[in-house]
Amino acid sequence: MTPIKKLLLIFIFTLVALYISLPSKFILFGKEISRPGLNLKIKQVEIKKNFDLVFGLDLAGGSHLVFEADMSKISDDKKKTALTSVRDVIEKRVNLFGVSEPNVQVSSFEGKDRVIVELPGIKDTKEASALIGTTAQLIFAQVEGEGEEAKLIPTGLTGADLKSADVQFDQTTGKPVVALEFTKEGTVKFADLTQKNIGKPLPILLDNQVISYPNVNEAITGGKAQITGDFTTDEAKKLAIELNAGALPVPISLVEERTVGATLGGESVSRSVIAGVIGLGMVLLFMVLSYGRLGLVADMGLIIFGILTLALYKLIPVVLTLPGIAGFLLSVGMAVDSNILIFERFKEEKVRRGFSDALEVSFGRAWDSIRDANIATLVTAFILANPFDWSFLHTSGPVRGFAITLALGIGISLFTGLVVSRNLLRVFIREKKEMKK
Amino acid sequence: MNWMKYRPLYLLLSMVMIGAGLFSLFRWGLNLGVDFKGGAMAEYKTQNVISTEEATRKIEEKGIVVSSAQAIGADAYLFRLGNINNDQRGIINTVLSDLGGTSEELRFENVGPSIGPELIKKTVYALIIAASLILLWVTIQFKSFKFGTSAILAMLHDSLVLLGAFSLLGHAFGAEIDFLFVTAMLTILSFSVHDTIVVYDRVRESQKKLGGSLYDLANRAITETMVRSLNNSFTIIFMLVALVLLGGTTVKWFAIALLIGTVSGTYSSPFVAVPILVTWDELLKKLKRH
Repeated sequence: MTPIKKLLLIFIFTLVALYISLPSKFILFGKEISRPGLNLKIKQVEIKKNFDLVFGLDLAGGSHLVFEADMSKISDDKKKTALTSVRDVIEKRVNLFGVSEPNVQVSSFEGKDRVIVELPGIKDTKEASALIGTTAQLIFAQVEGEGEEAKLIPTGLTGADLKSADVQFDQTTGKPVVALEFTKEGTVKFADLTQKNIGKPLPILLDNQVISYPNVNEAITGGKAQITGDFTTDEAKKLAIELNAGALPVPISLVEERTVGATLGGESVSRSVIAGVIGLGMVLLFMVLSYGRLGLVADMGLIIFGILTLALYKLIPVVLTLPGIAGFLLSVGMAVDSNILIFERFKEEKVRRGFSDALEVSFGRAWDSIRDANIATLVTAFILANPFDWSFLHTSGPVRGFAITLALGIGISLFTGLVVSRNLLRVFIREKKEMKK
Repeated sequence: MNWMKYRPLYLLLSMVMIGAGLFSLFRWGLNLGVDFKGGAMAEYKTQNVISTEEATRKIEEKGIVVSSAQAIGADAYLFRLGNINNDQRGIINTVLSDLGGTSEELRFENVGPSIGPELIKKTVYALIIAASLILLWVTIQFKSFKFGTSAILAMLHDSLVLLGAFSLLGHAFGAEIDFLFVTAMLTILSFSVHDTIVVYDRVRESQKKLGGSLYDLANRAITETMVRSLNNSFTIIFMLVALVLLGGTTVKWFAIALLIGTVSGTYSSPFVAVPILVTWDELLKKLKRH
């Protein structure tokens, strides 16, 4: 393939990337232009992409909660299962709570078992963390003894015997109640229990607190019951969610919380964009001032770098965090490095041999440095990104975001620095030289 | 140019830089943020301007200890507190909306005391792994332990400069050591080595072609890579300065940390890593002669 053909290919490639990297709606010369997303249907396979940037919690707003599980009463061999079931229960609760795209993961480090919960777009974390944090151990108890000596004896009927829980409103009082439906087994247990306790109370305990103290009038065989307490509608809803999701096998406590409001996030995005544009402008200018025509070529390479990177962020998609944006800006600064290395080399080689020869030699010679140096950076990016979730390294979202954008930036800058600018130089710079002859 | 002639000067400069940092580290220590120390940090935006003293007094009246309160920009306020629960968090918001018309919680961080020590451990592991892998890579690539070790020593130099600088900045301007600082520190490691490798590469290349003493090769390599090193640093510095000035409060110190690291990393390649390499080589030769 001739350099011109290669350039054409790169040009088409860049146009596609440009299309993807444009915002879905933007204003150009006072006109609002909207970029349609991709909706393809090839036989059964449906491809739907709207190519929007995905923002992390610190930019879109949301909450990052870390809970620590109290495993003191769990034997070592059962810890892993317990933690997994904690995660599952939390996941169910969060889903029932109505958070879109929550992220729940476990992390164990030096004997501490944690569950990390990420809730995008949540404003009232107070409610969310309370909902996640309660153990929600539901137990039906029997009362033995009379008066002062009355004792609550837990029965075998627990939250595990529930099929579902629902908020309903009491027809006479209008107050919210939680309607319970038992599983087959639970129905039998409940019928048995009510049979034995006719005329007596059958208290319902949640996390060892009595929440309802109903009296049994007759044996209930239909497998349905109601918890009537002094609830508000929200409290009843929360209880229903907890019961539906099941009880946590171990108690958990909140050890870390980070919540960012959407206002602050949006401000950070616009500030970073301004910083990026100004910084980029300065780099572009600097390259032209330092290297003249060659610098112009590097600038074209850099702009292509920006477009490709943005398109890749959307395609993968990379969850952009504030440090992630910093990583991107840093990689813009580093992206021209390969060009600078080559151009400096070219200055030396130009004295020794012909123009186009010198160019090719510079590319070849500079490659060793570029490869060795960038691999060292990739090593660090790899450790920061921790792709295998090694528990002895950081697993935090922002740091990971930074490492991923940095690593991607290095990869793409190798492509634009070596392939794109090389072909640009071959076509533009060489032809100009031949014209002089 | 005979760069190696001025080795004592470079040593002096590095010693002054690191010495000042170490002095500050022992004298004032590091200004640790909630990520390391534990505690809570909350940022609020109010409709009307409020006085931080009055807000602090009103919050403390409710029995919540405020360690510091600080105005950010025109209408935002940052409070640092001990670990607080959700009820106390609600109380603060109520107090502030009473004072400032309305109050919006922009960000809230509450970190338990067990997180910090863990963060330090994980950072140390990350540092050790990154440094060992880079040492391995450089040693293999340049077939010499000398090259690898001097690159790592230059890296250590940059880390010390950055840590010392942040101790000073923390003392003078309240710069905090947080999670992002750790990220910056690790990035600087790779940065420092990136630059060093470019110089080494030149040494290796002329060694093959021309031969001669490491002293001369090093001088030659530094001369050849000087403009490149400076220019490359400039482009990175442009991006970082833009971020420091315009990027907002959350990333400001992160960008400053990267900036200090970039400058130190650029300096340390020709003036720390290479001098160590050359001196090591000379010492080895002297030993052999005896």
